[in-house]
Amino acid sequence: MRDISRLVVVLALFCIFAAGILAQVYDVTKGPIAEAKAEEVRRAIRAVLPQYNNKADEEFIDRIIGKDKKGNDIVRRVYVGKREDAVVGRAYVVVAPDGYSGNIEIMMGVSPEGRITGIEIVSHAETPGLGAKIVKEETWSGKGDGPGGLVGKTLANNLKVKKDGGEIDQITGATISPRAIVNAVRQGLEFHGKEFPG
Amino acid sequence: MNFVKEFTKGLWKENPILRLLLGMCPTLAVTTSAINGLGMGLATLAVLICSNLVVSQLRKMIPKKVRIPAFIVVIASFVTMVDLTMNAFAHDLHKSLGLFIPLIVVNCLILGRAEAFASKKPLLGSFVDGLGMGIGFTLALVVLGSIREVLGNGTIFDVALFGKGFLPMIVMILPPGAFIMLGFLMAGMNRIDKGIS
Repeated sequence: MRDISRLVVVLALFCIFAAGILAQVYDVTKGPIAEAKAEEVRRAIRAVLPQYNNKADEEFIDRIIGKDKKGNDIVRRVYVGKREDAVVGRAYVVVAPDGYSGNIEIMMGVSPEGRITGIEIVSHAETPGLGAKIVKEETWSGKGDGPGGLVGKTLANNLKVKKDGGEIDQITGATISPRAIVNAVRQGLEFHGKEFPG
Repeated sequence: MNFVKEFTKGLWKENPILRLLLGMCPTLAVTTSAINGLGMGLATLAVLICSNLVVSQLRKMIPKKVRIPAFIVVIASFVTMVDLTMNAFAHDLHKSLGLFIPLIVVNCLILGRAEAFASKKPLLGSFVDGLGMGIGFTLALVVLGSIREVLGNGTIFDVALFGKGFLPMIVMILPPGAFIMLGFLMAGMNRIDKGIS
C-alpha cells in the first residue's frame, strides 16, 4: 500500500511540475504567436490588395455566410483596404473544399467594382510537384500555366477552367486544384456582388 | 565512459534512422525538402537532449513501476515547449511541419534513449548520447530531404539547381519516394561498411 502511494505522489509531482513550466512557456510565447499570425494575415492582404494606406487588418467587417452542421454561423471576415479614405479593395478568405486533398484556403482581393485584384493561397495540402504548383510564383505572375489569369477578371468573364469550358488555364497534369480554386473564387465574387454592390 | 564513442555511435554505427530504424514516422513524412528535414531534426535534437538530461538527473527518484508514464510526461512537456517556441519564432517552418511537431512525443527514438540509456547512466554521458543520436537523426533527415528535394523538385534549400528544362521526378517527393530513397541510403551504408571491413 505504501508503495502505491509513493508511485502516485511521484507521478503527481511530475505532472504538477510539468504543468507549471508549460504555463510559463505558454505565457511567454502567447504574444509572439498572436503577432506571427497577425503578420501572416497582413502579408496576405498586402499581396492581394492594391496600394492602401489604412490598417486594413484592423478595419474589417464580419458577414455571416451560412450555417455549419451544428447550426453555428459561419462568419467571413472582410478586410477593407482604403487609400485617402476611399475604398480601394476588400480582401477575404474563401475556402475551396474540393481540392485534391483537403481544403484550400485562398485570400482574394476584390476592387469596389468587382474586379479581382489579387489571389494568395493561405493554406493547402495538395500533392507536391503537381497541385502544389498553385502556390508557385510563376503561376500567379502570368509566366507559367495555371489559374493566374484570374487576376483582373470580373463576374462578366467566364470563370471556369478551360476543361470545363471556361477561360482560365488549368495546370498541366493537375486540373483538380485549379478547378477548386476557380470555383471558390467565382463564389467569392458572387458574395462580393451581393454584399457590396457598386 | 568513453564520451567520444558515445557521441559517434549515433552518427554512423547506431544511426537512429539508418541503423536502428527508430522514428520512421517523421522520417518518411516530413523529408520532402531539405529545410523540413533540418527543422524536424533540430526540434527532435532539442527534445532528445533535454529529456535525456532530465531523465538522467531524476533517474533515482523515479520508481521503476511508473517510469514510462514519467518519461512520457517529461518528453511531452519538452515537445510542447518546442512546439510553442517554434510557432512563435519560426512560424512558417512550424506551419509546414504541421502536426508532426506534436507527434515528436511518440517518436520511439526519444523514449528509447530515455529507457535504454539515460535512465541508467549519469548526466554527462546522457547528454553526449542525446547529442550524438540527435545529430545523427538530423543528418539522416537532411540527407534524405536534400536528395528528395533535388530529384523531385530540382531545388535544394529552395535554391533552383537546374534550368527550365528540368523534369522533376515527382515520385521522389511523394510518400513512396521516401521509402525508395531510405532503402537506397541504407544499402549504400551497408556497402561502405562491407568495403571497409
